[in-house]
Amino acid sequence: MLKQIEGSRAVAAAVALCRPEVICAYPISPQTHIVEALGEAVKAGELPHCEFINVESEFAAMSVAIGASAAGARAYTATASQGLLFMAEAVYNASGLGLPIVMTVANRAIGAPINIWNDHTDAMSQRDCGWIQLFAETNQEALDLHIQAFRLGEELSLPVMVCMDGFILTHAYERVDLPTQAQVDAWLPPFEPRQVLDPAEPVSIGAMVGPEAFMEVRYLAHAKQMRALELIPGWAEEFRRAFGRDTGGLTHTYRTEDAEVIVVALGSVLGTIKDTVDAMREGGTRIGVLGITCFRPWPAAAVRAALAGARRIVVLEKCLAVGLGGIVSSSVRISYPGSPAAVHTVIAGLGGRAITRDALARVFAEALAGTLAPLTFLDLDRAMVERALAREREQRRSGPIAENILRDLGTVASRAG
Amino acid sequence: MPFQPVKFYQTGTFTVGNRLLAPHERSVQSNMRRTNSLNSGHRACQGCGEALGARYAIDAAMDATGKRLIAANATGCLEVFSTPYPETSWQIPWIHSLFGNAAAVATGIAAALRVKGQSDTRVIAQGGDGGTTDIGFGCLSGMFERNDDVLYICYDNEAYMNTGVQRSSATPPAARTATTAAVGPEPGNVFGQGKDLPRIAMAHGIAYVATATVAELRDLEAKVCRAMEIRGARYIHVFVPCPLGWGHASEDTIRISRLAKETGLFAVFEAEHGEVTSVSKIRRKLPVEDYLRPQRRYAHLFGNPPRTEVIARIQAIADRNVKRYGLVDE
Repeated sequence: MLKQIEGSRAVAAAVALCRPEVICAYPISPQTHIVEALGEAVKAGELPHCEFINVESEFAAMSVAIGASAAGARAYTATASQGLLFMAEAVYNASGLGLPIVMTVANRAIGAPINIWNDHTDAMSQRDCGWIQLFAETNQEALDLHIQAFRLGEELSLPVMVCMDGFILTHAYERVDLPTQAQVDAWLPPFEPRQVLDPAEPVSIGAMVGPEAFMEVRYLAHAKQMRALELIPGWAEEFRRAFGRDTGGLTHTYRTEDAEVIVVALGSVLGTIKDTVDAMREGGTRIGVLGITCFRPWPAAAVRAALAGARRIVVLEKCLAVGLGGIVSSSVRISYPGSPAAVHTVIAGLGGRAITRDALARVFAEALAGTLAPLTFLDLDRAMVERALAREREQRRSGPIAENILRDLGTVASRAG
Repeated sequence: MPFQPVKFYQTGTFTVGNRLLAPHERSVQSNMRRTNSLNSGHRACQGCGEALGARYAIDAAMDATGKRLIAANATGCLEVFSTPYPETSWQIPWIHSLFGNAAAVATGIAAALRVKGQSDTRVIAQGGDGGTTDIGFGCLSGMFERNDDVLYICYDNEAYMNTGVQRSSATPPAARTATTAAVGPEPGNVFGQGKDLPRIAMAHGIAYVATATVAELRDLEAKVCRAMEIRGARYIHVFVPCPLGWGHASEDTIRISRLAKETGLFAVFEAEHGEVTSVSKIRRKLPVEDYLRPQRRYAHLFGNPPRTEVIARIQAIADRNVKRYGLVDE
């Protein structure tokens, strides 16, 4: 059924169609509309076999989901930004315990300075937590990925994080195709846990494992993610046959066949990149796009195959490994069969900074011309940072960065310095 | 002539002989069909109060629920000594997730059971004082406030024993721990800090709050059974000495527990919906010195000269408890 609805509402509808049994909610922007819609559905009696629990923190949200999942219930929660960091201990625990919880992360920057707008820093901070991480490009894909996530997680006994850009997707009203309950029921069987807390068959879950077996446990976690790489394309194909949409899977290529330059990115910015690429193609530029849908496990083979023919790679990422540069590009670099020096990192859109077609066209052109620096910050206000850097050079103990900039702009009446 | 019941007490105690009681009054633990939920072979220290308390509490809960029980455990001694790789002592479905989230995990289990129509299976969360009064406090308070159908049992040995006896917010004043050393002008833990968790639990207005010690194990059993008759959030705070951390003889665990109660330092009571409903009276009130002296964590109070002013401040705490709860019959 086609509907013109907000991204959060679309995701909530998709989650509801998956017949969740326990939903825990703690408010943090920009994921709030998702759990609000689900809470309303439960309260209105639309999900009669679902408990909706308003918890006191994100740490509790994930912990309640852990308990629910261990007791055999299909569990869901959503978070973002600081919330994801606050629950980090439980996030790792959920994957260690092999509990197929599904969580939406409405991607948002991490403070300080506090910032509610979109980038990928939150999800990237948890990239090694043992969850499957999927990134949605559109609201339709966000909707579809949630339906896939429950199936995928329950088949593999692994939790799945569906990442969608905060505000850009969560708050955007777009047309989406909502599947019917019958379609989803046919695709997603009821959750049948391999191990469950049951008085009839008592098990101890979460016991200590010492040096004698811990390496093996971690190896097997890695092996399971590697196995997921083999299985995910098949499930995406199955999904395509059932729902008629080519969403999910590991990666998606766009006009890469003869491309000299390929731009790699995740999430909603792929739309702007494709528009830019289309325009450049019209001018005869051989440029294409590789969208990463599955970031964990890292689809190394698919990335390698997609990038093999390209001369230069531009990784456009909404996150920053401070003191290193790119996070996504570090992975791309080891998966690109050509020279690592041909892989450029472009940090863009941090804290919600708009990523414009003009700016993209500029860096892509530089990549083609071979003049793009290894690490670029898209649309950086050079004058602003130069002033701060100059002051730092002059002074010992230069102080906090954000406050210095604000003082520069005259917005903080700070007397320090 | 009216019937005069004859009671048989063990010499020097007030413990009535179990064999002489009516079957329904006998302890769960004395029953041949007790479940041994926390089975033998675990790695608790000799004289561990927590192992003793957990054994009685969980077996009683099993008895009260017709063996339909699931437990969520916080990280800590109880978790570590009961599940050394690759073994487990637990004969019940049991989950350990993290240090600070046992109450929330239990909430999740209870929610799952409710949604699956299995509410006859009951849920217990348990942890030490660190996992309860400190790191798990947020999740515990949330579980109380939502009135989730969970019995939370805190085994309070008044410090972080699993990590090597560091201070928690349940550590009493003057007690020496690894992070409140017995040095300087005011050795040991400071006065005027700490949380009174049973009272905090009561302030949430939950249906049932009780305290108990491992000196009166039948009382602990009865309170667990009472708690299992009630739905919603419930809390039992069990006083469990730690011979290693407190520096007393292993065989003195019960004696120290009894002294804590009989001095008034640990008040044993029940409360429903925020109001105290019953109090376990002190039979023969003893000075706090009797309780403090056998424990090396208080050895700095009994040097030459003894710190009588500090002992007096501890006595004042006991006297306040006696007054507040009416622990001594006038």
